[in-house]
Amino acid sequence: MAHDHKLEIFRGLLKFKSNTQKIWGVLVFLSIVTSVEVALGIMKPAALTHSHLLGMKLLNWIFIVLTLVKAYYIAWDFMHLRDEKTSLRRVIVWTPVFLICYLIFILLFEADYIYNVYKDGFVTWNF
Amino acid sequence: MDATVTTGTEESVWGGGNQPLGASYGKMMMWFFIMSDALTFSGFLVAYGFSRFKFIEVWPIADEVFTHVPFFHGNFPMYYVAFMTFILIMSSVTMVLAVDAGHKMKQNKVIIYMFLTVIGGLIFVGSQAWEWATFIRGDHGAVETKAGKILQFVDAESGARLSLADFAKTLPEERVKHEKSEGIWFVGEGYKTSFSLNEVVEGFKANPNVVIRTEQLNEEGHKTVLDRAQSLTQLSHAAQVVEGANLVHNEYGHRLFADFFFFITGFHGFHVFSGVIINIIIFFNVILGTYERRGHYEMVEKVGLYWHFVDLVWVFVFTFFYLV
Repeated sequence: MAHDHKLEIFRGLLKFKSNTQKIWGVLVFLSIVTSVEVALGIMKPAALTHSHLLGMKLLNWIFIVLTLVKAYYIAWDFMHLRDEKTSLRRVIVWTPVFLICYLIFILLFEADYIYNVYKDGFVTWNF
Repeated sequence: MDATVTTGTEESVWGGGNQPLGASYGKMMMWFFIMSDALTFSGFLVAYGFSRFKFIEVWPIADEVFTHVPFFHGNFPMYYVAFMTFILIMSSVTMVLAVDAGHKMKQNKVIIYMFLTVIGGLIFVGSQAWEWATFIRGDHGAVETKAGKILQFVDAESGARLSLADFAKTLPEERVKHEKSEGIWFVGEGYKTSFSLNEVVEGFKANPNVVIRTEQLNEEGHKTVLDRAQSLTQLSHAAQVVEGANLVHNEYGHRLFADFFFFITGFHGFHVFSGVIINIIIFFNVILGTYERRGHYEMVEKVGLYWHFVDLVWVFVFTFFYLV
């Protein structure tokens, strides 16, 4: 059961000898990702803040992707989802992912609509 | 029915004999709790996204809000939050190490790692308390208009932020606090600012190198800085001086920013706090040898799941509150 650990990350690119070693390896990886995030957040390269993808700055997309990468390694290695049965993993991961995507889709579209009402409506909000 | 009752119930799926998910009851319930909690946090974070997209052109820039590091003076955007993130990830690591030691039935190692996890959690909660205190106390001070917009002050040449104390005049005026006996419909005054609105306005008029910065974001993603004439027009709409942030007024910009900051980081901080308490309980159980006698350390694994979840949530809060 939980006693046999899968000791490879990055799809087998990196193999560890023991579970303890894998934990430290994941820590190093997470720290690197966090440092990259902070560095980008402080520098804010103009190339990334001025280009947009789907209505959002490229830099923000990078942050979100890096966050999901971090979340994956926390859930897979620290919460040892990697060692659980596939069925448990799917129940745990896909149910919230589906619901959250649904919520994001609805609320962000609605918010953008309200933004446009405020902007183009004939009422001034700064009196 | 009698016909369905056989001796092989332990093995049949309908008799609950096998374990399709391969997890014990307690562990599975912890996972289900985590899922529901994850949905609660997503609800908060998406609500934050909703308000932010709604007021996308006036939302405060987090880099300009969280610029302090304890014991250091100056402008250090995000360094302290990055440190907090690192502390929480680190305490997550010691937690996994405790779980790992538990699998190997090494009681002393579990004790050490649980202790380190609790310390990490306490540092994090302390840091968050400090962050709140700094946020509530405020930085430069601002003026709120009748429409509830925030006007901040900058130096006309350098563009650097100016505090109210840098230019406000001290006038010989008497500041009377509004008392309950004075009003038919009494509204409590809350707090008293270090300068009155009149002192700020007079100081602004006397210093020609001070201009106003509005909440509005320009094309470059910076706050709009007005010229002197526009600034004076804007200042004529001023209603009150704001220092610091609370649930109603927020000197950093849109008040919803402060509301969500208190609500989301507060809810997360409460999770960390309860996680620390649970960890302490488990820590003493380990010392007393409860799990040694039970023959397994699954309880450590279960609180470990909760602790990692708190870390996982912070990763998202960090991104959406401080980075994006």
